[in-house]
Amino acid sequence: MISRHHKDIFFKRTAQVTTFLCLGVLALLLYHIGREGMSYVSLDFLSNFPSRFPEKSGIKAALWGSFWLILLTGIFAIPIGIATAVYLEEFAPKNRLMTLIELNINNLAGTPSIVFGFLGLVLFVRGLGFERSLISGAATLSLLVLPMIIIAAREAIKGVPRTLREAAFALGVTRWQCTIGQVIPTALPGIMTGIILALSRAMGETAPIIMIGALTYVAFTPEGPLDEFTTLPIQIYNWASRPQEEFHQVSAAGIIVLLLMLFTLNFAALLIRMRTEKKVKL
Amino acid sequence: MNQQSITKPYEKAVVEVKNLSVFFNQNEAVKKVNLSIPINKVTAIIGPSGCGKSTLLRSINRMHDFEPIARLEGNIFLEGEDILLKSVDAVSLRRKIGMVFQKPNPFPKTIYENILWGPKINGFKINEDELVEQSLRQAAIWDEVKGRLFDSAISLSGGQQQRLCIARTIAMKPKVILMDEPCSALDPRSTGRIEDLILELKNEYTIVIVTHNMQQAARISDYTAFFYDGELIEYGNTSKIFTTPVLKQTEDYISGRFG
Ligand SMILES: Nc1ncnc2c1ncn2[C@@H]1O[C@H](COP(=O)(O)OP(=O)(O)OP(=O)(O)O)[C@@H](O)[C@H]1O
Ligand SMILES: [Mg+2]
Repeated sequence: MISRHHKDIFFKRTAQVTTFLCLGVLALLLYHIGREGMSYVSLDFLSNFPSRFPEKSGIKAALWGSFWLILLTGIFAIPIGIATAVYLEEFAPKNRLMTLIELNINNLAGTPSIVFGFLGLVLFVRGLGFERSLISGAATLSLLVLPMIIIAAREAIKGVPRTLREAAFALGVTRWQCTIGQVIPTALPGIMTGIILALSRAMGETAPIIMIGALTYVAFTPEGPLDEFTTLPIQIYNWASRPQEEFHQVSAAGIIVLLLMLFTLNFAALLIRMRTEKKVKL
Repeated sequence: MNQQSITKPYEKAVVEVKNLSVFFNQNEAVKKVNLSIPINKVTAIIGPSGCGKSTLLRSINRMHDFEPIARLEGNIFLEGEDILLKSVDAVSLRRKIGMVFQKPNPFPKTIYENILWGPKINGFKINEDELVEQSLRQAAIWDEVKGRLFDSAISLSGGQQQRLCIARTIAMKPKVILMDEPCSALDPRSTGRIEDLILELKNEYTIVIVTHNMQQAARISDYTAFFYDGELIEYGNTSKIFTTPVLKQTEDYISGRFG
């Protein structure tokens, strides 16, 4: 018979092995990509447009496209996301309709991104006539990240202790003043972390952007929100699907840049979280 | 119904509780209480855990507005005006009736901002530095924090935080200050300082304090109200209640025989 103790050890070992396996695969991936692409990463690579020649190819258009896309996505999604979270947590009545809305937000967070791409295609590209512009892309990505931002912001707002609200109310302030003056500032680090993670997810998304028809070969930087664009993941995908071996290496170089940016964002989120864990604990 | 012995203070009442009952769903936590709180005095509320002390206190500044299952019956008059009426604005009422909580709950902001947030958001015409210094002095914490007004209030000790919370309440210049076991999380030294402070403050404010500490009630209060199971059992002069209580039940509680 296997004792409880043995079972314990068995599960612990299994967990350790799978963890190391995952880390191993990740390390292998990074090593492979690094060996493939490192020789192509340079300042020129960042400042060149794509080209027929692998050595002259660069990600300038994709970088700017991604930058504009994320900026606009943030502008759309952050205010709406925070406002929704604040409303749901602080003001909404507790009734069936609200439960239904909550349920839907949670479901949307788990919806495959290609579905959002299709929605964006129908709604923004064709319906509202924004064509294959940055606006269409950003609006689509906003829909995709909104549930994530709302859920993260709600968690952060829920985490604000009741004692803090009572302290504010006891000074004769309205619910609104309490929300703006105490609740949101206290929840802000948590909200920020959620936003950063959501936007970094948006930065890596490919499927919905392809769906709404972002271009794969772009030799210009977008000038305004109505311009066409490409993004880093799409550029990477484009290079990877070419037959020449050299372009696969260029593609790997693109992945290196993308991963570096994503790691930086995630690290920033981690820093914010660590700093505030020390601070407010009432 | 328990026997009652209620002696109305002869001083003018600021707060007059009339036939107040508080229900949480079906549970009657405060039962037909009549209590008159005299001006510029310290009134202590004592009684075993769960007898409705906090519930009564929180009725006076309408904190139960945030508790959907709470229902209040009866009246509470503040200077003659029934503050339980729906037409009374609870927000502006709370400017007149401040509250200090059991656990110190400073805002996660600087000491300076902790004092000023209330008065500023309410649009009071103030001289900021002056109000900060004055409130902190009145709360007997000025000397300890004057060099670090822009540090986070979270960095203060528990006792300092509680005095900061008192300072924050004073800065609103309320008429009444409600305190719900303000010393229960503090060491004897901080407790002593806050007791001294309460004695200072009663010159300007009317104070109602809930406490589990009999010696504390005896030391600082002028009137004592003993509650049991939601009912006001005995109310009168503190010295009288602690030396010659009318009712056996009160005597038993004070001498530590139950509760
Ligand atoms: N928000 C609430 N919801 C439901 N019931 C409550 C609520 N607050 C208090 N009660 C109930 O009301 C009764 C009185 O509680 P209250 O907190 O006023 O007691 P207390 O005298 O302050 O006790 P303690 O000395 O432990 O603080 C208790 O039975 C409690 O369960
Ligand atoms: Mg209590």
